[in-house]
Amino acid sequence: MMTPGIILILMFSVYPMVTSWYYSFFSWDGFSKVKYFIGWANYRELFHDPYFWHAFARSGWFMAVSTPVELVLSLIVAIVLNERALRLAPVFRTLLFIPVVTTTAIIGIVMSFVFAAYNGPVNNALQSAHIIHRPIDYLGNPHTVMWTAIGIFVWKWLGQPMIYWLAGLQTIPSELYEAARVDGAGWWRRSLSVTAPLLAPFAAIITLIVAVGNLQVFAFLQSLTNGGPVFSSETMELYIYRMAFGAGGSASTTRLGYASAAGVFFGLAVFLVVAIQVLVARRVLGRGPARTGVA
Amino acid sequence: MIATRLPRVTGRRRSQGSTRRIITYVVLTLVCVIWVYPFLWMMSASVKPNGMVFHGIGLWPAHWYFSNWVSAWTDAHLGREFINTTIITVTAVVIVVFTTATMGYVLGRFSFPGKRILIGALAVLIFLPQGYTIIPIVGLITAMHLDNSLFGIILAESGSAHIIQLLLFAGYFRKIPKEIEEAATVDGAGFFRTFLKIFFPLAKPAIATVVILQFIASWNDFLIPLVLSLSRPQLQTLAVGVYSFQGQNLTNYSEMAAASTMSLLPVIIVFLCLQRYFIEGMAGAVRQ
Repeated sequence: MMTPGIILILMFSVYPMVTSWYYSFFSWDGFSKVKYFIGWANYRELFHDPYFWHAFARSGWFMAVSTPVELVLSLIVAIVLNERALRLAPVFRTLLFIPVVTTTAIIGIVMSFVFAAYNGPVNNALQSAHIIHRPIDYLGNPHTVMWTAIGIFVWKWLGQPMIYWLAGLQTIPSELYEAARVDGAGWWRRSLSVTAPLLAPFAAIITLIVAVGNLQVFAFLQSLTNGGPVFSSETMELYIYRMAFGAGGSASTTRLGYASAAGVFFGLAVFLVVAIQVLVARRVLGRGPARTGVA
Repeated sequence: MIATRLPRVTGRRRSQGSTRRIITYVVLTLVCVIWVYPFLWMMSASVKPNGMVFHGIGLWPAHWYFSNWVSAWTDAHLGREFINTTIITVTAVVIVVFTTATMGYVLGRFSFPGKRILIGALAVLIFLPQGYTIIPIVGLITAMHLDNSLFGIILAESGSAHIIQLLLFAGYFRKIPKEIEEAATVDGAGFFRTFLKIFFPLAKPAIATVVILQFIASWNDFLIPLVLSLSRPQLQTLAVGVYSFQGQNLTNYSEMAAASTMSLLPVIIVFLCLQRYFIEGMAGAVRQ
């Protein structure tokens, strides 16, 4: 009964996981049937390629900046929308969720127009409000492109952790708040002693989902910036794509073995991030019950 | 007791509460305007002549040029891409519901040696990044000679480990009381009949969640369809098609906006109509 599911998983998850390792020891252009075994040469070349290290660091940096921003903002919005007196909360919730369901690759293109340097609507709005005097080339300047991308990324995905936080908040029985209120606890005290400990298990899983998701932003960056200008927004996945399938879709450089080595390295890095987060969550949550016991 | 407590709120506190509420509403409305503005701008640009797209921040076009829509529809091959995306999405949804429901049924109802190890191994697989698996997936699809059909894209999309959906089904099936199963066995229903006639229909909320999660994932997927249609434009989905249209068509902004509008609007409309299911479906994924 489980066979169809297991077969699919074996074919498209387990097999690629193992085969990437295998490919990474070969020199292979993907067209010819011949692969040349070259041992660790791909990895040696990888470790000497500054583009690889820049892309690797950029992926980590993108995750490290966007994850906390996204989590904190979405938590604030969720707490506000969870207020029962707020009649229009479902409307706001729906509007904030629209970007999440829309096609990332198309959003990236639309946003490259919205943030266009020459008379883009963002520049126009900021200039007519006299906040800036000269238009900013948000996506065409290597110094601003990643910050702009993170801003747009948070706009795109904020609704997702917001829904997760709301789901978590709604599991907290309102009697607990009433009881705390009767005991004279203010908003901050209630948040710290009631909300925070009960939300902690949710926080762990939400952080994990968001952080791992923010390492995988291929569709978003490929459509928004194509990795440019001059590779200044190229993250790991874009680097792998460029090495494996050539820049801009044309098969000018296809080095599947080399790209596999980069993929293996990226996969290991993602697993490391997951492992660290699970360990940290275990430690923090493990202490949780004791702390609430004191309070 | 709580009910008698509420009316005792003093007048000052109540007015404080209502000013706070007005501020909350104003801030939330501003935030939502920012959230929706890019979509409105895109729609407005789609009916403007190309030279007027980047002209001020006003949204209401002076004249409506639907000719952009007509030319974008043909130039970007949107019709073909709509059909491709629909076929891929529907088939992937059916496959994923089937595989995760059957696996969830077995994992939720039966215990067997190695079950914990299996679940642990599956849990590790969700964190496999696509950037890592994509090259062997392309190799596999080519080796199976599926690289010339939509079925290759469908298989590659349904094949990743959908552990959250699977656990959702397992959790649902676990809660169903044993008596129902026994009654079915007494009636002479076999293993598969019991699943199809009794358990599967009972898991409607889980099915809805899995359908919606897979619908969003497949409809919007980019890397797999992009790579599998690199030399075959006839296999392009909407996401890939609009992306490559932009590559060939760098300065025709209004036509780009029209193509984007036409491909995004259906999803937005489906979402607005079924928003409760979408939001509960997404929330259901994290709630367990």
